[in-house]
Amino acid sequence: MYVAVKGGERAIDAAHAWLAEERRGDTSVAELSTVQIREQLSLAVNRVMAEGSLYDPDLAALAIKQARGDLIEAIFLIRAYRTTLPRFGASIPVETAEMAVSRRISATFKDLPGGQILGPTFDYTHRLLDFKLAAEGQVPEAPTAPARLEPVPHVMGMLGRDGLIQSEAPGEETPPDLTREPMELPASRPLRLQAITRGDEGFILSMAYSTQRGYGRTHAFVGELRIGTVAVELDIPELGFAVQIGEVELTECETVNQFTGSRTEPPQFTRGYGLVFGQTERKAIAMSLVDRALRWKELGEDFTGAPAQDEEFVLMHADNIQATGFLEHIKLPHYVDFQAELELVRKLRREALASREAAE
Amino acid sequence: MIAAPPAAEDRQRWMGLFARATPAQLSDLMKDLPAHSVLRGPEVGAVMVRGRVGGTGQPFNLGEMTVTRCTIRLDCGTVGHAHVQGRDKSHALRAAVLDALLQTDRAEALRASVLAPLEAAEAAARQQRAAKAAATKVEFFTLVRGEDK
Repeated sequence: MYVAVKGGERAIDAAHAWLAEERRGDTSVAELSTVQIREQLSLAVNRVMAEGSLYDPDLAALAIKQARGDLIEAIFLIRAYRTTLPRFGASIPVETAEMAVSRRISATFKDLPGGQILGPTFDYTHRLLDFKLAAEGQVPEAPTAPARLEPVPHVMGMLGRDGLIQSEAPGEETPPDLTREPMELPASRPLRLQAITRGDEGFILSMAYSTQRGYGRTHAFVGELRIGTVAVELDIPELGFAVQIGEVELTECETVNQFTGSRTEPPQFTRGYGLVFGQTERKAIAMSLVDRALRWKELGEDFTGAPAQDEEFVLMHADNIQATGFLEHIKLPHYVDFQAELELVRKLRREALASREAAE
Repeated sequence: MIAAPPAAEDRQRWMGLFARATPAQLSDLMKDLPAHSVLRGPEVGAVMVRGRVGGTGQPFNLGEMTVTRCTIRLDCGTVGHAHVQGRDKSHALRAAVLDALLQTDRAEALRASVLAPLEAAEAAARQQRAAKAAATKVEFFTLVRGEDK
């Protein structure tokens, strides 16, 4: 039997009105604009774009405001919005080697062509609260030095020349798209990378950390981490050529992993790869570790039972919108389900008591 | 009226420039649009941005970006087209009209009044960013210890 229950409408309207008021907060404090969020909370904006799978800083800022700073709720809003957009096509794969870098470091080579460029990083800050930020003030301009505009080469290319590192199989196959077809396991590496780059930062971080602590150890070094902008090009059929349709900021991490060889592969360095929208360094490093851990089968390594090696475990639990949806649905009315459970427990108790009395 | 069709490379260059410009930059440089009819859009949609495994291998889907496209025709019959980043319809419309005008005999004037300032602004922004990055480049030096003497 299905019983429809109505009557919450007035309560829901009132709840939404109060939500709007709480979102605004104390009206004697100036209202936050979405432009302020875009410019001053840019790392939150980047996370919402990466996990919302939609590069649009203005929309991400709006979502953060609407969600009162709850980033998973903001990601949910972006995911919902993107389903309303017609898909014009897919870009030509971006050339990260051509990136205009604002940050580029390597933990494996001290002296490398193009140098170690720190960029606007939190590294080397003392993590002491800066009370000057609590007061309004002008920020001194960052120093400059003679610029080089030519792209800096990928560090991996240097190791690749000597055959010391596994090379990536080239290809032009159309990659699977989990936003169009349900994810099928076992997943190809392109499908895994799509799932991880939009996966929850906290989950991917913990999975990566677990490999460092010994659960599917992969001995990773950051071969190169780079942050910067790349042009996005799209083939326009009606023109007969490709044009640049804009620029996106990306974070790319390539790990170099110690590998002593396996039944199928010679000793060499292997690679993990992370590529994420925006300045999202923690996520990109974590992504490259998880990518490498998931490659055990292809590289002929043993499955040690580590969670980060388990493709189904990682890919089916990485999405925070799916996880939130299923987790939070249990707070919605389950009156009829629960009534049935209640009846069942009462019946079992009656039977248990009756049989105990009979035994006595 | 219609000038010789521009080399595809030239057209690619200005279309990319309009796509990367901000809506405000374009409207400041080109306030009034000539008479035209809209053939398509302006329409907001998404383009799936792809990367490559390891930077060099198989393509994979990274995520989408918002894009607005528009196609117009000037009264002289020249068709202009635009795909620009973001959701600003006036940006796409203006870019499409400019694309058409740059294929007509008004091209020379527009190269000076629109393309040149856009290119200069973009070059300056890139230069400034690169200069700040360059200032954060590490200059390693080695400390020499005494006991090796």
